[in-house]
Amino acid sequence: MIGLTDYLIVSAILFSIGLMGVLRRRNLLMLFFATEVMLNAVNVAFAAISHYYNDLTGQMFAFFIIAIAASEVAVGLGILIVLYKKHGSLDLDDLASMRG
Amino acid sequence: MYEAIAFYLFSALTIGLFLITVMSKNVLYAMTSLAAGMVLISGFFFILGADFLGVVQLIVYVGAVMALYSFAMMFFDATRDIKEKNTPAALIFLLGGLSALVLVLIFAGPIHSDAIQALYPMHEGVGNAQDVGIVLFTKYLVPFEVAAVMLLVAMIAGIILAGKKMDQSLTKDTSVDDADEILKQKDAK
Repeated sequence: MIGLTDYLIVSAILFSIGLMGVLRRRNLLMLFFATEVMLNAVNVAFAAISHYYNDLTGQMFAFFIIAIAASEVAVGLGILIVLYKKHGSLDLDDLASMRG
Repeated sequence: MYEAIAFYLFSALTIGLFLITVMSKNVLYAMTSLAAGMVLISGFFFILGADFLGVVQLIVYVGAVMALYSFAMMFFDATRDIKEKNTPAALIFLLGGLSALVLVLIFAGPIHSDAIQALYPMHEGVGNAQDVGIVLFTKYLVPFEVAAVMLLVAMIAGIILAGKKMDQSLTKDTSVDDADEILKQKDAK
């Protein structure tokens, strides 16, 4: 029988995959993909908790996460297009103009 | 029984597809596997009885967000493989593994699960969409409206940011410009 713990472990694994991508990637578009993976992992955890505690709050939070993810993608891709026009590349190392 | 089979199938497939997303050098492969993984995530939602959430996941993520990404891919000339100087893999695996361990410990550890009470319990015999609608439009009305304003702001920001100088080519492919020049000269003759 599949319990809450199984879903949470799968969600944790997916979140770690996304976190690994965020740490590893240098291309901004790929970085966005990794953040989407993390958001989806959290949504799975919310839906699982909502189901096993018979509570709708988890699903509500998942809806708002989806709305936030959609607006993040819209603004983020606009910024990426502006950056690409300016620098001709989406690599984070090329974009680091402030040498700290 | 079927639930268990579906759960293990979906989890193995999503983990594999998201690993491809994170590891692949080709933007097209990464995006396609991300879209497929999101479809399977909506499968999780259907197993969990969150029908409306699953449909929203399909429409918003697989439909809208992936379409946005594919349009962005067309701007960025993303058919080439990406050359990136990745952070050393050993460090990443160490950090990712450590954070995975911490997360599993947090989730699997003994929590005070008896103290958790359902704030907005689901009703028997009422469909998931009706239940969600009632809670969303009563208890969560203000966040819902704020989310609507936020989406409007995001739409305007996207138009303003991406809309400037849309007539210019982003990829600066000089050979195409040369071809255009030649065509213009031919027309002039």
